[in-house]
Amino acid sequence: MSVLAYGVVAWLFLIGLYGVVTSRNLVHMVVCVSVAQSATDVLLLEIGYRTGGHAPVFVSLPAHPGPAVDAVMQALALTDVVVGATVTALLLALVVQVHKRAGTLDPDALRATRE
Amino acid sequence: MSRRARLVFFAVAAAALAATLGAGLAGLPSFGRQVSAYARMLNEVAGPQRHVTDVVSAITFDYRGVDTLFEEFILLAAVAGISVLLRPLSDEIRELPEDKAPDRAIPPPSPAVWLLAVLLSSLLALIGLETVTHGVLTPGGGFQAGVILASGIYVIYLGTNYRTVERYQPDALLEASDGIGAAGYVVIGLLGLLAGDAFLTNVVGLGTTGNLIAGGTIALLNLTVGLEVAGGFVILASEFLDQTAVIRARRR
Repeated sequence: MSVLAYGVVAWLFLIGLYGVVTSRNLVHMVVCVSVAQSATDVLLLEIGYRTGGHAPVFVSLPAHPGPAVDAVMQALALTDVVVGATVTALLLALVVQVHKRAGTLDPDALRATRE
Repeated sequence: MSRRARLVFFAVAAAALAATLGAGLAGLPSFGRQVSAYARMLNEVAGPQRHVTDVVSAITFDYRGVDTLFEEFILLAAVAGISVLLRPLSDEIRELPEDKAPDRAIPPPSPAVWLLAVLLSSLLALIGLETVTHGVLTPGGGFQAGVILASGIYVIYLGTNYRTVERYQPDALLEASDGIGAAGYVVIGLLGLLAGDAFLTNVVGLGTTGNLIAGGTIALLNLTVGLEVAGGFVILASEFLDQTAVIRARRR
């Protein structure tokens, strides 16, 4: 179970990086960055997970609710989501301006990245 | 670098990264076995100490409140950065589509779309307010509620047109809500100092667990964060919208 759970994290991160490296469109590249970034969300939630655990919200619980999952990791995942959203928004704003200046979204066609 | 060379370069780097990542992940406790002692303790004490039922809120806004302060300022800085990046440049002008053809009126939206937008945006406003006020009780809080409230404005745009949505999002009000929301967090933090305690200490009356008014500063911080996030995300969306709707290259 651990192998599958943590394997997903590594796979998400690497496939996101692969997308960034091979991207032919800057908007696609920004999406790939957020895919790689979402690996940290998954990792945080997995570290905080407990088999059979319930959400760390102690309201209307059954008589023997069992253990709760890690609330600290969920709070960190919340932070991660917010920061991820702002990074994506900033990158997309840059993409808008790149398209205006260069007239293209292909990273290989930008002058600074061509030899 | 050719695409082929780049792929080979990436394959080597990715293999090294995968090996390191794998070694690191293998050192983690096995999945689902146990949570940290810190988390177990907070799950135990958050309810009695802070009179909240949603422990995530207590951690975000109280036990680790300083983290959230910085997180909030990251959001503020990003919104400011986007406003600067997407301002009309020297070779651009703001021009509404109807300015080009003043003799042609914009067709009104279909009544069905309009009705859907009215229903959906009022529903979103209601759910947003519910999420922000119940942050101490159930999952939710300022960040989530801010995004929900902001999406109400997007729905108005989808159902009407640019002119209408601009009437509902006066820039000054949005910027004030973004700024006051961020500053409010610091002010609430300073209450702790005024009471002779540490910054961000929960010094306000804690209320009754399970009631709407509970959690002391946690509920207040939820409100100010909700205000900031709602303002920030509407500004963010309107900046991108301006780019497609009204900002044009200046014709010579």
